[in-house]
Amino acid sequence: MSVIAAKELRIIGFLCNWCSYGGADTAGVSRFKQPTDLRIIRVPCSGRVDPLFVVKALLNGADGVLVSGCHPRDCHYSDGNFYARRRLEMLKRLLPFIGIDERRFHYTWISASEGARWQQVITDFTKQIHKLGPLSTKTEVMVES
Amino acid sequence: MSLEKLKETVAKVFHEVDVVIGYKQGFDPLHATPCFITMPEQVDQLIWNPLCVQNLTSYLPFLKKKVGIVVKGCDSRTIIQYMQEGLIKRDNIVIVGLPCTGIISVKKVLHEIDNQPVESITFRDGSNVVVKTVKGQKILSLSDVCPDKCSTCQYPTPLIYDHLIGEPIKSDKPPESVYEDIREFEKKPLKERLEYWEKEFDRCIRCYACRNACPMCICQDSCIAETRDPHWMSQKLSITEKFMFHMIHAVHLAGRCVECGECERVCPMGIPVNKLKKKINLEMKELFGYEPGVNLEDKPPMYTFNVEERKIEEHKL
Repeated sequence: MSVIAAKELRIIGFLCNWCSYGGADTAGVSRFKQPTDLRIIRVPCSGRVDPLFVVKALLNGADGVLVSGCHPRDCHYSDGNFYARRRLEMLKRLLPFIGIDERRFHYTWISASEGARWQQVITDFTKQIHKLGPLSTKTEVMVES
Repeated sequence: MSLEKLKETVAKVFHEVDVVIGYKQGFDPLHATPCFITMPEQVDQLIWNPLCVQNLTSYLPFLKKKVGIVVKGCDSRTIIQYMQEGLIKRDNIVIVGLPCTGIISVKKVLHEIDNQPVESITFRDGSNVVVKTVKGQKILSLSDVCPDKCSTCQYPTPLIYDHLIGEPIKSDKPPESVYEDIREFEKKPLKERLEYWEKEFDRCIRCYACRNACPMCICQDSCIAETRDPHWMSQKLSITEKFMFHMIHAVHLAGRCVECGECERVCPMGIPVNKLKKKINLEMKELFGYEPGVNLEDKPPMYTFNVEERKIEEHKL
């Protein structure tokens, strides 16, 4: 389920501090137009992203989750995103098994200079989630009261 | 015959270790229970038959002693997995291996005899079980009352042992049969799958028996399902929390689950909890060619990485 107005859906983005968060910032500074459905959570590294963060978000009302980190070999901590890649790939393959469309979860690599690429990714991903519609499970939505 | 040899071997092993863990008769003829042998006269309590269902290796990471342990083929994978993860030292354990032709599922037997109290149980020529209750006796085929893991067992003989009781046996089950149920389930439409899990997890009473019995759940009392900081889950009795708990269990066992089936055996609500872990194992095999608890030299896939992943491709939007 999603916000009542239903125009916007809930998309959570876990962005690594060193690349993707900077990339999103670059897009902002360059005044690239972006959809507004995304809520960004800044994490120190994509290796910080426990696959359970994604599960928790999806079960508690998010309609889509995006994880983005530095390109492989470019990790600020040298190997965080290599671990992340294995974990997130595992999750990507597990989600359809529990009945959640794997397209609701996407992970990618965006560097701090790729503002244009960030705009492309977030626009396409938001479009994809809107096409899928709100995620309806029997699980409760965490509503801020 | 093999029981005599087991007792003989355990009596010998007993002198090298502080405690030997085996099986003894439980509170009724249908149940076996773990038995901690610390005195020589206790060796006579040992039993070995298809009632010996528990995975005794679960005790190993918590015992700071030298331990002798009785293992079946499936349990031996746990030991290898522990060693891969550096949780136990090989020098501290003496393994008594038992080639196993299959165990029973107590739940299935009780279902067959309408939950009547069992007076006696005997095993006939390795394929039949004769169960006597107040209502008379019933002959059951071992293949009908075995747990699911036995019907696709690939490792009837322990993969690691110091003493082997009897001759090693080879599996006669095709390797592709192991994940047949998973592939079958994946053919269902997405919505049906979600409904299936919502229905199954709705029964969960969050007793955490699956976690407590799981040999690979080594965090035990520090489990994030119960901590307040970080507060992963609330105490609320809702499907959200139940679903989340089972996802925690599955994801924390990614590339580690040895498919001993303890979680499913102990579940009082009969939830197929092992299915999620089997699915992850199937993917691990496909992605990294890794099977938990089989080769000592392997490294669990989530503990390592390759700079170039051969099987992982970048996803396009």
